[in-house]
Amino acid sequence: MNNVLLICRKELKSYFASPIAYLLMAFFGLIFGFGFYTAARDFVRFSFQASMMGQSQPMSVNEQIIRPLVGFASTIALFLVPMITMRLFAEEKRTGTIELLLTSPIKDLEIILGKWLGAMLLYLCILGMSALNFAMLFLWGKPDLKPVLVAYLGLILQGGVLLAVGAFISTTTKNQIIAGGVTFFVCLLLWLLSWFTAFDSGATASVVSYLSIVTHFENFGKGVLDSKDIVFYVSMIFFALFITARSMESLRWRA
Amino acid sequence: MIKVEGLTKRYARTLAVDNISFEVEKGQIVGFLGPNGAGKTTTMRVLTCFLPPTTGKANVAGFDVLENPLEVKKRIGYLPETPPLYPEMEVVEYLTFVGKLKGISSGDIARRIDEVVGRCAIGDVRDKLIGKLSKGYRQRVGLAQAIIHNPDVLILDEPTSGLDPKQIIEIRELLRSLAGDHTIILSTHILSEVEHSCERVIIISEGRLVAIDSVANLTNRLRGSEAVALEVEAASGRPNPTEVQQRLEQVSGVSRVVMKDSKNGRLAFEVESLQGRHIRAELARSVVNAGWSLNELRAIGLSLEDIFLQLTSSEKQVGSEQEKDKAQAKEPGKEGDQK
Repeated sequence: MNNVLLICRKELKSYFASPIAYLLMAFFGLIFGFGFYTAARDFVRFSFQASMMGQSQPMSVNEQIIRPLVGFASTIALFLVPMITMRLFAEEKRTGTIELLLTSPIKDLEIILGKWLGAMLLYLCILGMSALNFAMLFLWGKPDLKPVLVAYLGLILQGGVLLAVGAFISTTTKNQIIAGGVTFFVCLLLWLLSWFTAFDSGATASVVSYLSIVTHFENFGKGVLDSKDIVFYVSMIFFALFITARSMESLRWRA
Repeated sequence: MIKVEGLTKRYARTLAVDNISFEVEKGQIVGFLGPNGAGKTTTMRVLTCFLPPTTGKANVAGFDVLENPLEVKKRIGYLPETPPLYPEMEVVEYLTFVGKLKGISSGDIARRIDEVVGRCAIGDVRDKLIGKLSKGYRQRVGLAQAIIHNPDVLILDEPTSGLDPKQIIEIRELLRSLAGDHTIILSTHILSEVEHSCERVIIISEGRLVAIDSVANLTNRLRGSEAVALEVEAASGRPNPTEVQQRLEQVSGVSRVVMKDSKNGRLAFEVESLQGRHIRAELARSVVNAGWSLNELRAIGLSLEDIFLQLTSSEKQVGSEQEKDKAQAKEPGKEGDQK
């Protein structure tokens, strides 16, 4: 466990010693802030119009602002993840520092978990930028807290899967650009899988739809906590980290 | 301390190491010598548990590299060919990271860092970013990293590459001070390195073990043959270099003739004899009979470089650049690597 934290701290240090962490946080903050501003402005305008016309239809901050924005954040995450994970192993392979890690008395699994945890923490820092926006809603309004927490759990789990997949792809190459590009492609594919099944309900369609990362996020976005989705995400994380470990092992044999 | 038996490492298409066996006693400094691509780095990587062997066994400090890799890794300090450094870290920060990685407790770590910083003379760059260091300093930080946990076995892949002559001497002294408590294997293709700091030499070429012996024994082994430097000048006009070379080669007992220099009609050659033959008288007679004048004829000792070239080249080869400049570290002639 100590070794995992040691590697994790080292990864965080690398992220925050380079501009990458700050750039990602700034871009995410900017894009999400823009989305938040638009959503909040429209909400205010519509609720104003509604009260002018005497309609007493209730408008919910949770439904109108938070839910679409959380879905938006999960989409932006697809673009962020490749930039977080591309260097994880590829850079160590290129500079030769992987030799230090692999010849130290530490298990492969500890290296992988440490690196994944480091990437997760950076991802959390980036997500934190969106929480700043939501905090304003809580300051001046009374939205329901529980669905927001569930949505964040969903974002974290979805990020965990994509980061683990990215970590695996990073072990397969020395070239960060290739690692990032392939990870982006795979993230996009996992996202697009849900399109395939939009108007279809055969056996293939339900399998493909189950594999899509987005379909499992929808429930979280609505604030619904379903054990089926949690099991999916957690098992995907385990699977991706497992093939990362296999890939690390094969590094030794192929080297 | 280190025991290697029938070690073979095969990559997809190439056989990198072919059935090598050797043993290293505790406290020895052993030089691992061979041309580029001979399999030095591969062998070291097997010993450090970075690569598993294809067949054969390697045992370090009583533990097998396949069965007990964690125990082996605890007892090994390894400096790869390119020092494994993180450019975004400061020197002390990096050494702290490596120290913890190697399992030093946080109470001891400051003391260990102070010690290796002193030993490797990197005190004046303690708080600098590794990315800003010069090559010599990086190499020394790499060495500090290898000895930080006071390992029983130290494996160094070309530890002096990139250092200036003064630093090379400092590293040699450092290595000598480490020997005794530590068993050291260092690889190099620089022969003077081995002559200066190693007790024993393991020579490999094309993945095969060519020789394993003490430096003194290796030199003795070839003492029976003799090397002669001679300079020829024609009495009338320029002698034709190839003609002279052929003539010298025809002298009985000569194993090879190397042309060293040709200036103003003076031709310098280096001639080596076969085992147990004295050729100086014959050479002189041959030159004089041809009508050339003999300006110089002197015996020169065979250096480790000559031995190395003889051992690593399987056929009679004609090396062209063999300066005997021992102060200047140099690579063996490329001709020596090829068959």
